[in-house]
Amino acid sequence: MKLAYWMYAGPAHIGTLRIASSFKNVHAIMHAPLGDDYFNVMRSMLERERDFTPVTASVVDRKVLARGSQEKVIDNITRKDQEENPDLIVLTPTCTSSILQEDLQNFVDRAQLESKGDVLLADVNHYRVNELQAGDRTLSQIVEFYINKARKKGELPQGKTEKPSVNIIGISTLGFHNNHDCTELKRLMADLGIEVNAVIPDKASVHDLKNLSRAWFNLVPYRELGPMTAEYLAKEFEMPYVDITPMGVVETARCIRKIQEVLNAQGANVDYEDYIENQTLHVSQAAWFSRSIDCQNLTGKKAVVFGDSTHAAAMTKILAREMGIHVVLAGTYCKYDKDWFREQVGEYCDEILVSEDHGEIGDAIARIEPAAIFGTQMERHVGKRLDIPCGVIAAPIHIQDFPVGYKPFLGYEGTNQMADLVYNSFTLGMEDHLLEIFGGHDTKEVITKGISAGSDLNWTKEAQTELNKVPGFVRGKVKRNTEKFAREREFSEISLEVMYAAKEAVGA
Amino acid sequence: MTVAETPSALNFECETGNYHTFCPISCVAWLYQKIEDSFFLVIGTKTCGYFLQNAMGVMIFAEPRYAMAELEEGDISAKLNDYEELKRLCQQIKRDRNPSVIVWIGTCTTEIIKMDLEGLAPRLEAEIGIPIVTARANGLDYAFTQGEDTVLAAMAHKCPKEAPKEEAEKTERNAISKLMNFGRKKEDITAGDAEYVDHPPLVLFGSLPDPVVTNLTLELKKQGVKVSGWLPSKRFTELPVIEEGYYVSGVNPFLSRTATTLMRRRKTKLIGAPFPIGPDGTRAWIEKICSVFGIEPQGLEEREAKIWENLEDYIKLIRGKSVFFMGDNLLEVSLARFLIRCGMTCPEIGIPYMDKRYQKAELDLLEKTCSDMGVPLPTIVEKPDNYNQLQRIKDIQPDLVITGMAHANPLEARGINTKWSVEFTFAQIHGFTNARDILELATRPLRRNNNLKDLGWDKLVKEEAKV
Repeated sequence: MKLAYWMYAGPAHIGTLRIASSFKNVHAIMHAPLGDDYFNVMRSMLERERDFTPVTASVVDRKVLARGSQEKVIDNITRKDQEENPDLIVLTPTCTSSILQEDLQNFVDRAQLESKGDVLLADVNHYRVNELQAGDRTLSQIVEFYINKARKKGELPQGKTEKPSVNIIGISTLGFHNNHDCTELKRLMADLGIEVNAVIPDKASVHDLKNLSRAWFNLVPYRELGPMTAEYLAKEFEMPYVDITPMGVVETARCIRKIQEVLNAQGANVDYEDYIENQTLHVSQAAWFSRSIDCQNLTGKKAVVFGDSTHAAAMTKILAREMGIHVVLAGTYCKYDKDWFREQVGEYCDEILVSEDHGEIGDAIARIEPAAIFGTQMERHVGKRLDIPCGVIAAPIHIQDFPVGYKPFLGYEGTNQMADLVYNSFTLGMEDHLLEIFGGHDTKEVITKGISAGSDLNWTKEAQTELNKVPGFVRGKVKRNTEKFAREREFSEISLEVMYAAKEAVGA
Repeated sequence: MTVAETPSALNFECETGNYHTFCPISCVAWLYQKIEDSFFLVIGTKTCGYFLQNAMGVMIFAEPRYAMAELEEGDISAKLNDYEELKRLCQQIKRDRNPSVIVWIGTCTTEIIKMDLEGLAPRLEAEIGIPIVTARANGLDYAFTQGEDTVLAAMAHKCPKEAPKEEAEKTERNAISKLMNFGRKKEDITAGDAEYVDHPPLVLFGSLPDPVVTNLTLELKKQGVKVSGWLPSKRFTELPVIEEGYYVSGVNPFLSRTATTLMRRRKTKLIGAPFPIGPDGTRAWIEKICSVFGIEPQGLEEREAKIWENLEDYIKLIRGKSVFFMGDNLLEVSLARFLIRCGMTCPEIGIPYMDKRYQKAELDLLEKTCSDMGVPLPTIVEKPDNYNQLQRIKDIQPDLVITGMAHANPLEARGINTKWSVEFTFAQIHGFTNARDILELATRPLRRNNNLKDLGWDKLVKEEAKV
């Protein structure tokens, strides 16, 4: 047992659901008790999704506990198959079904006999993997399933597309700024003259998965989601993949050069050097930003970085290599991937912290006292408590991290967004600091909100106490309305009763 | 108005139970805030933790007095000793927070692996010297607000059996608590017993925010009814005395286990009344309590009328409109009854669980309200099936759907107004004073529409997507 208040990565089934609900016309059925379908709320709220989340539960209740699911799971699968005609139904195990140890594969096999669509059991174990690992696994499982299916039917296409083309692997629902990143990557590919053969799993149809092998290579922008699939495709079709995250000016250039190498190896004969130079010097503002006086002022300032492997590693490199900021500590909660992370950031920071314990990170931040933090929502709150500004760079995230406006983290527009994010975090901190030194803004406190003189009404102790419980931002209004009410009725004293009467009468 | 002259019985149905609701462990969110000296330990998995972390949003950052005892593979396979593990965590909690009570919330996992929390608690309690209350608030058996029911039912056992005998000691204690609560305690300090009618002690049950507790207590005081205590109170150490023969009354519709426990185990008498939600409900609640104590209620009719008068601007917006409850928090019947009294029609009340005995008075009032207002009786659908409900919503096209967040945005995109049901759980909706707050919530989508009308942005999905 572990005492836990907060977790960075969710349980395994969340990863599976993220993949399933990213595809078009794929339905996930969770084998779970009532209330475990909270994923639907998150997707509907955070992503502001217009469509119903294609996730339902085959509810595990007392009866199931007593005598097993029996036909229930199968009925639920076939029912959903008829109602919505999905291409694929993914039966998703949860922590509960892990312990019940029912033969879910057997349910899937039997349901498949009666279903028009395909049925698959997500191969994830709640107690062994987390959300990110499960997502990676589920994606590769679905890809494998459809490639094998096409092969059996002899529908696997031969050969490559005429022009160089790419599969972008790993864009998913509830991923940090994934939709903006996707747009930016497509734009980058268009600039490079590369056709996008497929984007998976985001809005992809499972029927198109058989065509994955037609692309010249795979691009895996995120470390957490996609490598297993890229690895599988490499093994199966000898497809090369590029897994350099194009985040930051240097890494974007490195990613493009790697793409160039991969394409030229297949006879494309492309040269992207001019493009890289033009973008770096004239289109993206980030390189110019690092030369400018603004950025000079940031030189040597201390920062702490924490997040998933992809974003924390890329951010650390951007801060240290592109802006001259002193990254005292870089960390990640992706414990299962710590070797990669160490190798990536080793030369760009003083300390490395790999931990899932938010207390440990909080303590480290308090000890280091950086000028800015780049982390998750948890670090943002640590920053609030310690009065240190924080830029959010990775999940777990809140609704404000799903902006409507265009905010990619990847590609050249991404570098601009990063420059803003970093600069705004630091200046806010500077401004705050200066204000403290010079004793606050040069403005007088607003004393009255109107021209009337102070109140001549007495508040009883109880009423005053009650008034103090009213949240600060409306307290003034409640007070004014109550006093107005009391004056009109010629009460000399405001008691609890008068207060409630006023609320009832005027909604004070 | 003659249509509904002959009252037909309410129609109850039961569907598949495939609906969206919060897991009952969410009750720790409001209970840890209500019971200030408590610590809630949820014994479950990452799934439970992930739900709490996300459902409670910003509260998670406020150093909450709750935590997960996250079960690992060793716990599931019984490689680790449950007692030793719990002891280690509870000692850590005692050291860091020193609470007056630790509430263990049992989850689906502890049920399935049959962890004997009720058996372990007394032993550990004796060993570490902090009371431990065990509540099985799991998704196998319960929905959302029923979590509070399981906790309060468990706490009912911990209420003192008899009032302290020595009068001197009692006043001395009060004096101290008066000092401690300087400027905080309300009418109990000032009120002499003289203002009350002589009646057997009354204890109310149900967790409400303190301002609402004050308000309802005051409302009863006006009728001369003294509230001897609340289950729960602000602190665990202040749990009310419950003796055999006391009267109890519930303030929320989801407290049937607590009611049963109080009646059977603590030998109290339950006053079955409609719940004090809406001015009609509040008046009926007070009247029922008064009638049990043989008190003639004073000025209630005028008071109710006055409240209605002040609600008119909101009621205008919803009169004649229809409301559909998908059902997820058990407040549905009371809210529907109030909204029907406001002039709405209600084709369907979805509800997770319907205790017809505990809610009898409320159901009777619902029936009466429908006949008074001349509207058809709603169908009450227990354990609803969300998919079927969406088909019915598509057919009926109600003016307002009260639903969980999973369906709200997709329905809005299809031009159906929604109100998020969970807000009714956290808003202050009890008593005369808060009737306005209920309508503030219920009318919000309609007021939003008035602001955005004529823009032609009703339907924001392309094809008539499958509901």
